[in-house]
Amino acid sequence: MTKNNATPIAFTVSDLTVAYDGKPAVWDADLAVPEGVLMAIVGPNGAGKSTLIKAALNLIPRAAGTVRFYGKTYEQARDLVGYVPQRGSVDWDFPTSVIDVVTMGLYGKLGWFRRPGKRERALALQALEQVGLGDFADRQISQLSGGQQQRTFLARALVQDARIYFMDEPFAAVDAVTERAIVAILSELRSRGKTVIVVHHDLQTVPEYFDWVTLLNIEVIASGPTREVFTQDLLNKTYGGRVAGLQAPAPSDDSAESPAAYTGYAPARAGS
Amino acid sequence: MTTLGRDQRVIGVIAVLALVAILFIGVSQTAWGIQYDYTLRTVALGGALLGVLTGVLGCFAVLRRESLIGDAISHAALPGVGVAFLVAGRDLGALLIGAGVASWLGVQCVNAITRTTRLKQDTALGIVLAAWFAAGIALLAYIQSTPNASQAGLDKFIFGQAAAMLESDVRLIAAAGGVALVMIVLFWKEFKLVTFDPEFAQANGFRVRFITALLSTLIVLAIILGLQVAGVILMVGMLIAPATAARQWTDRLDVMLVLSAACGAFAGGIGAIISAVSTNVPTGPMIIVVASILVALSIAFAPGRGFVWTLLRKRADRRRFAVPTIGGA
Repeated sequence: MTKNNATPIAFTVSDLTVAYDGKPAVWDADLAVPEGVLMAIVGPNGAGKSTLIKAALNLIPRAAGTVRFYGKTYEQARDLVGYVPQRGSVDWDFPTSVIDVVTMGLYGKLGWFRRPGKRERALALQALEQVGLGDFADRQISQLSGGQQQRTFLARALVQDARIYFMDEPFAAVDAVTERAIVAILSELRSRGKTVIVVHHDLQTVPEYFDWVTLLNIEVIASGPTREVFTQDLLNKTYGGRVAGLQAPAPSDDSAESPAAYTGYAPARAGS
Repeated sequence: MTTLGRDQRVIGVIAVLALVAILFIGVSQTAWGIQYDYTLRTVALGGALLGVLTGVLGCFAVLRRESLIGDAISHAALPGVGVAFLVAGRDLGALLIGAGVASWLGVQCVNAITRTTRLKQDTALGIVLAAWFAAGIALLAYIQSTPNASQAGLDKFIFGQAAAMLESDVRLIAAAGGVALVMIVLFWKEFKLVTFDPEFAQANGFRVRFITALLSTLIVLAIILGLQVAGVILMVGMLIAPATAARQWTDRLDVMLVLSAACGAFAGGIGAIISAVSTNVPTGPMIIVVASILVALSIAFAPGRGFVWTLLRKRADRRRFAVPTIGGA
């Protein structure tokens, strides 16, 4: 899929720097993501992938830089943005049902004091059908498998009906059914002109699932259409020259340690 | 297991609690000759209302994994009680304000330690809790050594004394409880979302800091109001025991709050009565003994989560699956 100049830019990052304990987790990042692409952010552990999207969504403070969604700041563009956090970020033994979690995606639009009603329930059910969990609506969330948890989070983002979606590791440790469901949802979103930005770990599936790639290792190494950017040369540059034939990601250097601790990845230290 | 079935079970549990409470009052009147006069009714009502307040707010403390912060808050209140007494004399309002200020300083210290050092939160909580409590005990000992007659009974703040409760205290608890319940109804979806997934809430434009601060303030309010009744050492039990018991019986947050309120009222009321009619039994321990029995029964017997239920299910599973596969060979 080629993007020409007429396509609007959905998501812009300029000179973004995020620091933890005096070390940069993301350094001077610049991105311009056109509308309607499925973009993977890939890079070694601790490269700042989750940090980048969290900083974009004002979830963690930025040391410098600006972020724009269709030219607007995050505060102005909140309704345009949907977010799927890592599923490990919540307590799945919380006393609530699947449909309740999905309905939470609509809380922001309801405003203060208003309660979700029939309309919200119908929208939530529809989103659950889309991710193949229609029969699980009244299930307690602790009874879900990891993949079902991920699809619940995906449904919660779908009801937000955003124009740009940010997903933090949706493919991490999910079953084949869930992986297929997520891929189907991603192409559905693209066909509706949505922009989806996904933190991704599995290099093998990048060319198959995504038409746009950002290679990140603290700095943005490259960003653009998959067939131009997803090359052996640039991957070697991103992974410190240790990625052989698109194999599993190699460990990053020491400067990546503090963001790794934040995002919950154990930095692999093979050979050191 | 359907949701409906579980909710019916919760109604059953509440009915059993009510029945036991009525039986207790009846038996205590006839068999032990306890007179439910004005004073005892005030004490019982105060204990029960406090139990409702702590039961409801305790659910959020438990689900936010802040039980230990509750413990630190209540322990940290003690030096504030001493300082307030030295400054303003024996006035409950002043003592509670002193308690609140000391707790607030304690929590700020915990946060500062966690932010600026490499110490983890549990360590910071332990240090602040111990330091504040030790300072409080030392201060009370000093006050008791002074020839000030009105200091008598200040040490009741350590273990609590429901018998000292006046009608005005009960009114205060009822008013604060009413405010807290209205807040929870108004901010229901905000409290729920922020407790379950604060990151998503913030990404959706909710003012997470404000909502969290509001919720924490209500929890601190409940703790401070309960200090006179339950004491600084065991106040945390009133916060977490009813919520822990209630969690075993339901998978719905609203149902959990209602059941937790019922458990809190039961433990608070019965504990206050027992301690008020018997000499030298402090109220805090009595309430917590009753609450702990509820927790133990719930952990043991609650369907779906209780360990007896789990054992029975495992046995049934063995019968169903092991016998036809292994036994049949």
